[in-house]
Parts: sequence; structure tokens; C-alpha cells
Amino acid sequence: MQAILEKYVSVSTDKVKNWVCAGPVDLYPDDGGKCFKYKGKQIAIFSFSRRNKWYACQNLCPHKFEMVLSRGMTGDAMGEPKVACPLHKANFSLETGKHLNGDLPSIATYPVEVRDGTVYIGMMD
Amino acid sequence: MKRKVVIIGNGMVGYKFCEKFIAAEHSSNFELVVYGEEPRPAYDRIHLSEFFSGSTEEDLSLAGREWYENNGITLHSNALVSGIDRKNKKISIYKGGEESYDYLVIATGSHPFVPPIPGVNKQGVFVYRTIEDLENIMSYGKRILAKGKREAAVLGGGLLGLEAAKALQDMGLKTHVIELAPRLMARQLDDEGGQLLLSSMESMGLQVHLSKMTSEIAGNGAITEIKFNDGTSLDVDMLLISAGIKPRDELAKDSGITVGPRGGILVDDTMKTSDDAVFAIGEVALYNEMIYGLAAPGYSMAEVAISQILGGDKRMVAEVDMSTKLKLMGVEVASFGDHFCEGVPHQSITYLNRYRGIYKRINVTEDGKKLLGGMLVGDSSEYNLLLQYVLNEMPLPEDPESLILPAGKDGGDAAGSLDILPDSAIICSCESVTKGEIINSVAEDDCSSVKEVCACTKAGTGCGGCKPLVTDLVADTLAKCGKEVSNHLCDHFAYERHELYDIVKVRGIKSFNEALDAIGKGDGCETCKPALASIFASIYNETANRQDTIQDTNDRFLANIQRNGSYSVVPRVPGGEITPDKLIVLGKVAKKYDLYTKITGGQRIDLFGARMEDLPLIWEDLIEAGFESGHAYGKALRTVKSCVGSTWCRYGMNESVSFAIMLEERYRGIRSPHKLKGGVSGCIRECAEARCKDFGVIATEDGWNLYIGGNGGANPKHAILFAEGLDDETCVRYIDRYLMFYIRTAKPLMRTAPWLEKLEGGVEYLREVIVDDKLGICDELDEQMEYMVGTYECEWKQAVEDPAIRSRFSHYVNSDEGDETMEFVSLRDQKMPAPWA
Repeated sequence: MQAILEKYVSVSTDKVKNWVCAGPVDLYPDDGGKCFKYKGKQIAIFSFSRRNKWYACQNLCPHKFEMVLSRGMTGDAMGEPKVACPLHKANFSLETGKHLNGDLPSIATYPVEVRDGTVYIGMMD
Repeated sequence: MKRKVVIIGNGMVGYKFCEKFIAAEHSSNFELVVYGEEPRPAYDRIHLSEFFSGSTEEDLSLAGREWYENNGITLHSNALVSGIDRKNKKISIYKGGEESYDYLVIATGSHPFVPPIPGVNKQGVFVYRTIEDLENIMSYGKRILAKGKREAAVLGGGLLGLEAAKALQDMGLKTHVIELAPRLMARQLDDEGGQLLLSSMESMGLQVHLSKMTSEIAGNGAITEIKFNDGTSLDVDMLLISAGIKPRDELAKDSGITVGPRGGILVDDTMKTSDDAVFAIGEVALYNEMIYGLAAPGYSMAEVAISQILGGDKRMVAEVDMSTKLKLMGVEVASFGDHFCEGVPHQSITYLNRYRGIYKRINVTEDGKKLLGGMLVGDSSEYNLLLQYVLNEMPLPEDPESLILPAGKDGGDAAGSLDILPDSAIICSCESVTKGEIINSVAEDDCSSVKEVCACTKAGTGCGGCKPLVTDLVADTLAKCGKEVSNHLCDHFAYERHELYDIVKVRGIKSFNEALDAIGKGDGCETCKPALASIFASIYNETANRQDTIQDTNDRFLANIQRNGSYSVVPRVPGGEITPDKLIVLGKVAKKYDLYTKITGGQRIDLFGARMEDLPLIWEDLIEAGFESGHAYGKALRTVKSCVGSTWCRYGMNESVSFAIMLEERYRGIRSPHKLKGGVSGCIRECAEARCKDFGVIATEDGWNLYIGGNGGANPKHAILFAEGLDDETCVRYIDRYLMFYIRTAKPLMRTAPWLEKLEGGVEYLREVIVDDKLGICDELDEQMEYMVGTYECEWKQAVEDPAIRSRFSHYVNSDEGDETMEFVSLRDQKMPAPWA
């Protein structure tokens, strides 16, 4: 289990080595998420269409180690964008990865850019 | 060394002594040892009759054994104390052993008083005080019912006697009440009040016999007849005696402590007996020549004794408040202050409404400035306020009659009158909590709900009679502190669900984004999104496909997510009736997609372990075979369970399966604040368990009986009888209206049972709305239901036919593969998710 968790490490914009193309924006639902597969990793990508923002994080919920976060409901807690795990409603910040309603380990987050209608996520590999 | 306080008696007052003692300052220098004669720790005797209506020992328990342990209190149950040796300061235990004490507290309470009538020892004659008594009464009652006998009586028409009568009636016995006095509740009510209570009781089937002196209990071994000294008699097979209480003062008496001429241990205002080291509290204590058979005075006595033992000087008030408020067979009865004012100069103001069964009397001083006391029958809503006037000697308004007259359009407002109460006003008399303490708990201790205030101050935890006043006070204080009384859905919408429902409907708001723009803020969350999704579904009957990202995950993927992120599939099987061909299809589909199968509680078949990307394929096969979505994933109608009914069953009174199928097909797809379940039974044997459902229908000779507001789950509730002897059409109409009214007004994730409980006026009010159309909304409810029924679409059919919707079910955006991390292991020839780490 530890091994699978260690696969996911947050990437900040200044550390990005590779902007990976994750397909056209219309593959993703408005104000919702979808899972993107990259080098054996599952990355959840979310559009916040209302404010024209995109976020990405690991698809793995650290609570019970299930690959489900991309199916979670998005929203905000006092302005902070978040996703709620569909299994037990653990809320994670999509900015910091922090678990907002408990003390699970933080999830890894990744920068997202949209250029010419295409989504790119920032990776270190 | 610690000093030792020994308490004899573990009833309500004995327990309260312990609770208050350990909470008191300096109490850690003392050790508490309790001897109780009953087999279990103290329980709530006030609500004892609820034992008959299904309360358990646990519900009634005041604190479990672990509470005593955790607080360092030694509790000996089943331990009768047989003697007090005052010289050597020790007590002896009947079963053997001794216990020394520094202080002794006698809280032995009372025995039911059994008048010396010939034949009281016959079988079938009971008293009503302990859980054991109740258990014996229940088993004897069942035995005589099984023999086809139905007549039972209660000797004593006082408060406890009438409670006991209700319990007998609830058991299905025809119940008589025999009272020596010329009226019921002679200690609390005057003639007019007693008369009114009598009519109410009689209208509920109780037979009341007043001014009857019992001369003999006759029968060969077991009671069969009660003879009166006026020559009349009554045939009964069971008798409960509730003729008052007798203090259990024998221990004190035997050890030379002074007792009163008619019983009770004599105490002064420090609760000390004639021995300075021995205290008496509760129903055993004789104070001011009176025995106090109520919890509140007993609790005050406990406080006084604690203060005295710990070196304080708290004293018992000279005039003990004996006000009581209770509900007898649904009739509210209360008396407060000096309710008779015998020999006290006063003027009485009365309000009598025989039609509604209401009688109110207040006694005011001759100058009309102060309230002395009074009584209320049929409607005790003003009790708390009136009691405050008495206890705090508050000046009366110029027209004191306004306090008891029915509120007109500009009538009394309880919250407004809170302002006139001084901070010292006792709001909860069981726990002696003042208005000031409640205000402080909100203003300074940051309690923000009635629940928190009650937990913090203990107000409302006794008899609960002050709850309405506490609720008003909390709301009022929160408002005054500028704190919001938040019933809001969440941070994004400052409305309750029913308000949102109305706004969406009136403004014609069609989407979540539109709602956020118009009346909300931020991006929404997992509370408001599904709540609004449900509202859109209820108003426009749109399926979960239109706005899929605001649906809970199960609705979004039209299946139930399971432990490892796989899903389960439940096709609809209306009424639980299924053809062999369809059964074969389910089996084939399960084999094809490697699914685990199990029969559900709602008479259908659940297929587990489906991969998300397989869901549309599975449904293609199912739809082709004629299946539809079962909405097992939605806050929506699940199933209408049925028994086989008169088509096959030799007892059946009607075709329960046909009716269940019709109902299930009628309401399929309708979304609601929480899941909805129905049931139809073909006779009163109730094999469909319809009374555990949100709506349950049971066939009788005279038509359908409709029950509403039941559920299983964590808080099981039996549904309540709503209407009897209905034809098909009326039954459906009532269910239509009930469901629509619930859908409109309930909070999110609130099932019908708690909704009905919270509904002001309860099922009677609901009947007025649905049957009598009191609110004039029945046409609207009917129309909305017709619209829902007429616009039903299977959302799985929509999904498999629309490529855009189908793409929702791929796990990856950039691959057709499924989630390769999902693991199954084998289990009894099927599969299950790999266990969680």
C-alpha cells in the first residue's frame, strides 16, 4: 500500500518537467471530473467551469485506497476548491491536497493548464 | 482518609444524589457507596408506561453500570439493606455483610399503597411501580387475552392510575378505572376539570366508575370479580392497584429514627433526620407534614443534603412547588402553584370549551396583580409561562384572562413574553436550571443549538416539559447575540430545503448553475448539489442524466458504488413478481459479466461487482429483456414489497400483488428527500411487513388500511394508521398527496418517519391537509403527481441510447481499459472485493 501511495507526489508549477497533454477540454464534464492515465498512474482532472479553473490530483483516496476521487463531487469550502470522495465523503482541497474534514494524509496535486482548448497537466516524469 | 457516604436506594432521587454529588465542589474527599434493591441501576420511572409501547430497559436507564464505575461510585444492586446500627454507624445487608458510613442517605422511596381489601392477594392483582411489575403485568395480560378474556381494571383514578389504564388499553384490554373520589385526578383537578377529563377518557373507550368503594376482590384463586360496598360489582380478570404511595420508612423506624404518625421519615429543611448523620430524601422524606411524590422536589432535596454534607448550608424552600404537566392518553393535563386555593382569598378565571375538550383555570390574588396557581386540561401549552408567573411572582397583565384565552390573530407569543422573566426564573424545574444559565450557555459558552444547551446545562433532561420554552429561549438569545439560527442547507444557499423548493418552482430555475447565480454563492458542495438535484427532479421530473455532475455518485453512474469502486445493479421487479424467463435473463447477465448475485430485502435481485465501463453493456442486455432501472441507487422509490395475496393465499382479503405492482409502477422514478419504500399485505397477518415502510397498505374486509411514516434501519418505526377501509382509488389518491407533501416540505435526507414526527400537529394535521384539504393545496399536489407519473422515463434506457451519456461510464478519459487496480477474490463459488487493508 505504501508503494502505491509513494507513486503520487505533488508537483508545483516551478518543478514541472513535462506538460503532458490530457486531451481536448470537451472530454471532461463541466464542473466535474474524469480520470487520466499516465505512466501507470491515475490522475483525476477536474474542471471548475463556473470560474474557468482546472485542477488535478491523485485518483487514489488515501482512506481506503480506492481509485475513485475523479468520480467525486466538486465544490468549495469557504472559497477553497475541493473534491468529496464518493465512498465516504472525505473532502480534499484541490489547491493544497489537504484533507479538510479529518486527518488523513494529504493527496498529491498537479498543476493544470489549458491552451487552445487542450488540457495539459504538469508532471515531473 | 476519604469519608464515606452510603446511599440506601437507587431510584431516580438516589441516582440524582450521586450525579449531583460528584459534580459538586470538594466532593472528591468523599467515597460514595450505593445499595439498590432492584436488580438494575436506577431508571426513569416517570416514563415507565412507555415500557408498554416498546421502550426498553436501556431507553429508560438513567446511567449504565459503567457510569458508576467511571465516577468511582460503588453500586450494589440486588442488595436489600436490612438494618441500621446508628451507634456504630453501619448498615447490615440482608444477604450478609455490613457497611460502615460517615453519612447515611436514605432514598428508599415508596411502596405502592395496597388498601386492606379482602382478596388482594389473588392472582391477577398487581401494583405498578417497577420494571418487574410491568413485566408481570404484560405477561399476565397476554395470558388472559389468549384465553379470550378482555376485562381489566385499575383501582385509583389518579395520575399514575390513568397512566396504568392507558398501558392496559394499549395491550388490547377493555379497561375500567375505579375511583373512590367523585372525580378523576382529585388531587390535581377541580370538579369541572375532572368532569372534562372524564369525558375525554370515556370517549377513548375507558370505562370510569366514580365514588366506588371496593369491598372485596372475588374469584377462585384468580380474580374474576370486584365487589363494591353499594352492592354493585364488576367482572374483571385483572386488577392494577394504584391507590397512592406509602413511604418505605421501616429501616428508619426500626433503628429509632423519628417517623411521622402516618409514615415518612421526619426531616427538617436540611434534610437531616432525627440523627444528624442520617439524611432522608425523595418520597420517603416527610417534610412540612407532606410526602412529595414527584421527581423535582426529590432532586431539590438531594441538592440540599449534598450541600449539608459538604459543609454548605443550602436549605429546602418552605413551599415546595408541586406543579405537574403530563399527557394522559393524548390529553394534556397540568396543575401549577396553588391550584385549588382552598381557604386562600382569590378570584378564579376559567375558560371552558366542551367541544374541544379544553378547561383552563387560573387563580389570581384579589387585587388581580399576582397569579397564585391553576390547572389546565386538554391544552397545556401555556403551562410553562403560567408557572413562571407563579414562581417568580411576576406582575400580571391588566387583563389576566388573555393568558388563557385562545390566541387570536394578534394573540400571545411565547417568545415575546420571555423578556418579562427575570434571569433567576427557573425554566427547568427538574434540574433547577434558570433562564440566566440558559442565556449564558448561548452567549458565553457558545452553545448554538437546543441540543447543545441541554447537554451543557442539563435543562430539559428530566421530564422534558420545559423543552418548548428552552427552544424559544435559545432561538431568542441566539437572535439577540446576532448569532444566526442556522437551518440553512449549507454555506452556499441560505435557505432551507422547502424554501429552495418554492423558489426554484416560482422562479422557474432550471439548473444548478442558474440557482447558484440567482440565489447562491461559490461552487456548491456535496450537500447542496444533490439536494437541488432532488428538487429539480421533483419539480421537472428530470432524470439524473441531465445534470449528472450535481448528482451523488450513485445517481451519477445510475448504480450503487461498492467497497472497491465497483458497482451493483438492481433492475426493477415490481411487487417482487418475476417470470421464469426474466429470472433466467438475470442469471445469464450475471454469468456473462461475472457478477455476484444476492436477493435483496425488497424482493429483487442485486448484481454486484460490475465494472463501471460494463454498466451500459449490462443494461443493454437487461433492457432488451424488458427490465427497467430499479432506482436502488437513488433517493427515490425503491420497491413496493408484497405478499402473495388473495390470488393464491387462503387467508388473503385482496390482491396485494396487483396493487403493489400498480403502486410501484406509479411511483417509479420519483425522487424524494430520502429513499421511499412501500408495502402491500393481503391481510392483517402482514407478511409484506408493510408497516415498516414509508407507506404501507393492508387489505381488510372493509377495504385497504393505509399506514404511513414507517421505516426499518437504524431507528425502526412502525407506520401509523392514516385511514381505514379505503377503495383503490382513494387509497392511491391519499398516497399521492402524502408523498408529494413530503417531497415538498422535508429536509434533505429526512425519511418520512422523522418528517412526520417533526410535522407540527402530526398525523392529525396531515389528515386535515390530505383528506380535508385544509391548506387548499390538494389539487396542486394531485396535478404534480399526475405530471410525475405521466412523464416517467427509464433513465438507463436514456443512458444506453445516448453516446454522450455512455461516455460517462469509461474509467479513463484516454483508454478503454477499466481500472486495473480493482481486485476480487472468491467467496462461496462467487466473488467479492479484495479485503480492505
